Amino acid sequence: MGSSLRIGRVLLAGVLLLTGCAAVTLEKDLSLTPELFARRQAQTRRFDTADEQRILRACAALLQDTGFTIDESEARLGVLTASKERDATDAVQVAARLALAMVGISLPPDKDQVMRAFVTTRPAGPEGRQTAVRVVFERFVFDTDGRLTKIEALDDPMIYRSFFEKLAKALFLEAHDF
Amino acid sequence: MISDRPCRCLLALLVPLLLAGCMSTHDRLLDMDTSQVQLRSIQSRAFDTTDKERTMRAVIATLQDLGFMLDRADYTLGVVTASKGRADIYQLQAPATLRITVTVRPRGERQLLVRASAEYQRSPVTDPKPYQNFFNSLEKAMFLEAHQVD
Repeated sequence: MGSSLRIGRVLLAGVLLLTGCAAVTLEKDLSLTPELFARRQAQTRRFDTADEQRILRACAALLQDTGFTIDESEARLGVLTASKERDATDAVQVAARLALAMVGISLPPDKDQVMRAFVTTRPAGPEGRQTAVRVVFERFVFDTDGRLTKIEALDDPMIYRSFFEKLAKALFLEAHDF
Repeated sequence: MISDRPCRCLLALLVPLLLAGCMSTHDRLLDMDTSQVQLRSIQSRAFDTTDKERTMRAVIATLQDLGFMLDRADYTLGVVTASKGRADIYQLQAPATLRITVTVRPRGERQLLVRASAEYQRSPVTDPKPYQNFFNSLEKAMFLEAHQVD
């Protein structure tokens, strides 16, 4: 009993100490790095059409098909953002948290998540005969107490490949790597 | 009989607390730490172009490159707002957020003025360095030099 209380306290102290080390910092987050360029490549495809608005409409339709709600759009600038709220319950995590609760460490498990998408389009290729599309996904996770536990970029290349495959199908066009 | 000393003490404590409450909201709503002119110069750059659409597209592309998510974009007003947040409390990363608003407007006949104002962890960013980094990134997307303005 006494030892579990001590572990709890150490854990709490650790959390409090580390709240100072933020993931987003003013020093690095406004500068371009090679990693950011690599990410851009994975998230961008070119399509053989100069019709940017058609691509943007197809992106909106595709996001709608996958359960997203459009939050913001400005067709003249080639931008579109969307989001959806989904369950984030993970059975393994719930079991692990229950086990921790038995030794006196209370960590509420994840419950909800908000997924966000941000699409940009722009003329590309020789004489602007192509259109480049870039999509970025990220998610916010909340625990059963409604506390924000995670904000992360979704970097799995599979997600992006799948998005562009679906977009290519909707457009009857081939997607080229950027 | 109730002694009035504790009452006075309580009152003496309460009044500053109450006052502090009104003052801080008022101050924070329209606060300006650095002189306004100095802050504007830190946050602004002029570009030798009159193409507002191209400039705004470059601003958005730069923000997307930097990992920001778009909150708002309005061509007519020339305003773009974006934010970037990362957190993982299980890996002991507290939520940290960076928000930025960028405005684009004409400056004279031949230039556009781009102004960025950022907010980090609920405080305004007044240090010149982060803005320098942002405009360095934007220059690359614009293929144009960013001129310091007074």
